[in-house]
Amino acid sequence: MTQVMLNALVVGTTYALIALGITIIFSIMKVVNFAHGQLYMIGGFVVYYFNVVFGLPFWFGLVMSFVIVGLLGVAMELFLFRPVMLRVKREEVTMLLAMGTAVFLESLALIVFGEKQRGVPPIATGVVDLFGARLPTGRIVVIVVAAMLIAALMAFIGYTKTGRALRAMAQDREATALQGVNLKWLSAMGFGLGTGLAGLSGGLLVAIFAVHTGAGTAISIKAFLMIMIGGAGVLSGAILGGFVLGFLESVGYALLPGSLTFLIIFLIVICFLIVRPNGIMGKPWG
Amino acid sequence: MQKTISMPNVNLSQGEQRSSSLKPVGLGLLIAAAYFVAIPLVFGANGYLLNVFTTMAAVSFISFGVWLTFAIGRINLAQAGFALIGAYVTAILVSRLGISFWICLPLSGAVAALLGGLIGWPVLRLKGVYFAMITLCITEACRLTALSFPALTNGAQGIVDLPLPGELSLFGLTIIPAFEKGARLPFFYLAGTMMLLGLWFMWLLDTSRVGAVFRSLRQNEDLASSLGINVAKYRVVAFMVSCFYAGAGGAFFATLQQNVYPTTFQVLDSVYFMVYCFVGGLEFVVGPLVGAVVMMSSFELLHDFHRYQTVIFSGLMILCILLMPNGILSVIKRRSGKSEEAPNA
Repeated sequence: MTQVMLNALVVGTTYALIALGITIIFSIMKVVNFAHGQLYMIGGFVVYYFNVVFGLPFWFGLVMSFVIVGLLGVAMELFLFRPVMLRVKREEVTMLLAMGTAVFLESLALIVFGEKQRGVPPIATGVVDLFGARLPTGRIVVIVVAAMLIAALMAFIGYTKTGRALRAMAQDREATALQGVNLKWLSAMGFGLGTGLAGLSGGLLVAIFAVHTGAGTAISIKAFLMIMIGGAGVLSGAILGGFVLGFLESVGYALLPGSLTFLIIFLIVICFLIVRPNGIMGKPWG
Repeated sequence: MQKTISMPNVNLSQGEQRSSSLKPVGLGLLIAAAYFVAIPLVFGANGYLLNVFTTMAAVSFISFGVWLTFAIGRINLAQAGFALIGAYVTAILVSRLGISFWICLPLSGAVAALLGGLIGWPVLRLKGVYFAMITLCITEACRLTALSFPALTNGAQGIVDLPLPGELSLFGLTIIPAFEKGARLPFFYLAGTMMLLGLWFMWLLDTSRVGAVFRSLRQNEDLASSLGINVAKYRVVAFMVSCFYAGAGGAFFATLQQNVYPTTFQVLDSVYFMVYCFVGGLEFVVGPLVGAVVMMSSFELLHDFHRYQTVIFSGLMILCILLMPNGILSVIKRRSGKSEEAPNA
């Protein structure tokens, strides 16, 4: 059981990172980023290329995964979402745009990266005994890094001027603009931050699981489950949702055959949403 | 091809000439006759093209369902899931119990509609993005269900070698002869008939009082319920109709391909059904048809690009959304509206 709990912790921290990224984008732009899983996948490949193909250190690749996928997100915001959001009022259009981007990125990745499953050499060797359960050191490193990143992100959003501006923008765009905040710059930056987190979690998880071009959709679906559990647009909810899903998944995989686990998780989430349509932490919205 | 040209007329007849309801029906029948006669005459020898037309018709049939859920203001990504349900119902009944395809086709739709009603009742309380996400999860859940119960669905191997539809006879009178092996025309006619009947029903629904109620749900559910409309009932009905389209369409595809796998309909298909509705235009009943015709024929035209096909196609899709966020038909309508106004001014 300790083993299962520790696995849940490993999966949960990285999932929380994914959910935070999608939540930041959602709260400031009111866009559900359906391409989040694909950006995660690209992040994984960035680390693979820097680490394995170019032979640079893993950590450099990790930083680059944040930078490259973040810049990709900024470009998406500037050239795709902004022009469309200026002209249409229906939220469906931006959602569809995100889906189109997801298909585009995935098919492009298939051409550039190929179909093969890619992994990186282990970032740390050895196994640690923890409360009677065994955990590879690599996974512990991943947990620690992910936890540090989450803490840094929460500090950034909670205590810096830019973070405050981001939170203000999520609450009320007009009022934020009246306070002299440059919304154009800020929303591009927020989008880039969100996608950068997707790339970062992909880059981090490639150290444990290998990555392949088709991984995106599954990750996107998991991200949706997390924000539905936690409540869309709430950062604490995203972290909570990540841990809840990580826990459910680890327990499920320990007890049930693979495909049945997620089927049951889907049913649980559907039943849960009947009771609490806005998730655990979510605020009601239309 | 004849279909695309005559689209604006159909729209006009829907909007401005709603009073004379006979005219669009007559026009529709004319187009239908032309479609059924001209396409086999011109492309009859080309099995590949005939197949493309068949697929287009069946896909637009399924997309009509998505369009209806858009009409009530919900973003439905569960369509592929319910199509998969329909496909499996037909596959299991035809292959295990030997039930005629002609019974299975409506039955698959009914089963999908029933399940849709059961799932939809609670899920339809969600709105906007939440509904989109949960329906996406439903599609994935359907795929996993097919994988998880191999005793019933044969798991990842799928159900293969489905028999072709047998003959349909009533009181000893043959209405539809048995489908021959390798013949593509029967499927072409079946898909065309399904699509036209589906479109006709959608048009009836859209122009009736129920259609107005559906539109009122999209604009403001609270206001609608204050007028005494049973919001929960109407939106479940709309969702069930949508699921019926999915189920029947799925059953058709299972029979057309003579097999069904858990991956026959997946999340991407749900996205595509939605894209067709969008590209055509959400305000028009024929929107899904136009969208499916335009997008699918451009996908086929890109065939020569081989591995770049999907990239170019999805790039085209993004471009479509960027340039025509309200759909092709709205652009055509605006154009024709302008040219009509010009001489008056």
